[in-house]
Amino acid sequence: MSLLLPETGLVFWMLIAFLIVFFILAKWGWPVITRMAEKRANYIKDSLESAKETNRKLAEIKVEAKDILDNAREQQSKMLKEAAISRDKIINEAKLQAIEESKKIVEDAGRKIQIERENMLSEMRVQVADLSVSIAEKVIRHELAKDEAQMQVINKMLDEIKTFN
Amino acid sequence: MKIRFFVSVLLCLFFTVPVFAEETAEEGDKLNVSKLIFEHTGDSYEWHMFSIGEKDIAIPLPLILISKTTGIHAFMSSKLEETGSFAGFTYGSEEGKYAGKMVEINADGEEMRPFDMSITKNVLGIFINCALLLWIVLSVARWYKKNPDGVPKGFRGIVDLLIMDVNDNIIKCCVGENYRKFAPYLLTAFFFIFLSNIIGLVPIFPGGANITGNIAVTFTLAMMTFIMVNVFGTKEYWKDILWPDVPIFLKAPAPIMPIIELFGIFTKPFALMVRLFANILAGHAIVIGLCCLVFITASMGAAVNGSMTFVSVLFMVFMDCLELLVAYIQAYVFTMLSSVFIGLAQAKAIKKRLTINN
Repeated sequence: MSLLLPETGLVFWMLIAFLIVFFILAKWGWPVITRMAEKRANYIKDSLESAKETNRKLAEIKVEAKDILDNAREQQSKMLKEAAISRDKIINEAKLQAIEESKKIVEDAGRKIQIERENMLSEMRVQVADLSVSIAEKVIRHELAKDEAQMQVINKMLDEIKTFN
Repeated sequence: MKIRFFVSVLLCLFFTVPVFAEETAEEGDKLNVSKLIFEHTGDSYEWHMFSIGEKDIAIPLPLILISKTTGIHAFMSSKLEETGSFAGFTYGSEEGKYAGKMVEINADGEEMRPFDMSITKNVLGIFINCALLLWIVLSVARWYKKNPDGVPKGFRGIVDLLIMDVNDNIIKCCVGENYRKFAPYLLTAFFFIFLSNIIGLVPIFPGGANITGNIAVTFTLAMMTFIMVNVFGTKEYWKDILWPDVPIFLKAPAPIMPIIELFGIFTKPFALMVRLFANILAGHAIVIGLCCLVFITASMGAAVNGSMTFVSVLFMVFMDCLELLVAYIQAYVFTMLSSVFIGLAQAKAIKKRLTINN
């Protein structure tokens, strides 16, 4: 039966020991540990939340970046297309201009050649005339060295004038 | 860390065998198992370690006895070794009320119990336990102060984990929103019980005292829960006890429900007290009983004794593993029920349905 009856002395010492432990731990033990652990738990929670937020933002940024990239690509292809069109246009224009220019050059050249030729021809005519005159002079001078021949020519010329008249 | 501890507990278990072997020798031929069990689970004035031959090796402990007639007496238990009595105090007779306790014989030849403040085996066990508890918890707290942003590792990590588990999963859930006020008491109670249970399983010196298997200890713990529940109980809690929400004929003119409720105030801590005490005592008793099996079968021949020794050691290992589990479960149950009782006493008035519907 003594097993079931609390011993007063033991209760007394138990009470004292337990209360001392309780007060010491309530002041310097448990609150420190639980506060730190809660702080840590909160920190982990906050970190997880901020990580989630960051991930969300990152996903948004990725979408945005994709949009930007798509836009850029679209613009690029548009620009390329425009460039190709304008290039073709420029080339065509240049071709046309070149053709015209070349035509003009050819024409000019033709005209110049014509003029040159005419000039040459007239010069040549003058020279030919001069040459023929000098040749004629020489021939005539040579012929007229003899009197009879002089007379013959004079006669002939006179004849010619007569017939001309 | 944990495994090393577990192994050491198991190793200690095997040391118990020679201890018992010596004791049976002094008992003579007949082995009184129930006496042995109660001797080992009960309190004593000295801390018996082991015996060498006829000689008992025990740590002497101080006795402090306050007699109504002769005043305060303090002496060491070693003084009792020779005759079993000293300064007019003697052991109570085996048949009497005070068997194994110090008594003084008055003029009529009756045994009178002095006020016994002795530092007995259990008291020393409690002191050792408290010192250990303080050291463990304060070392973790100090570590946290030094490393405010750190995460404790190793043994401190386990202690921290256990503290936060009890704090979050028992106290916070069961007490409710103002759990912070009660957490220090409940944590102290949990770790005191848990540590006592564990140390109680170690059969050699600083362990072995059956602290939580002693009714005085569980009585004190239950009493403190009782105080925590009723001193900090809200108005609503007392209203629920004295004027509960039941049909009027149940509370007036004869206050049937209030009486039942008032009775319930005392049964709750009583249940706490008995549950812890009985569980731990039973565990210790079974382990010792299994150990005794070795010596009971000693006279039955080598074959029987050998096989029974094997079986009982196997069972003791099993029981000690079970007791490790029980050590935690009982601490858990005590703390959880205390939390629940405290939580119930923190009741707040339930708003009337009418206001909700509106």
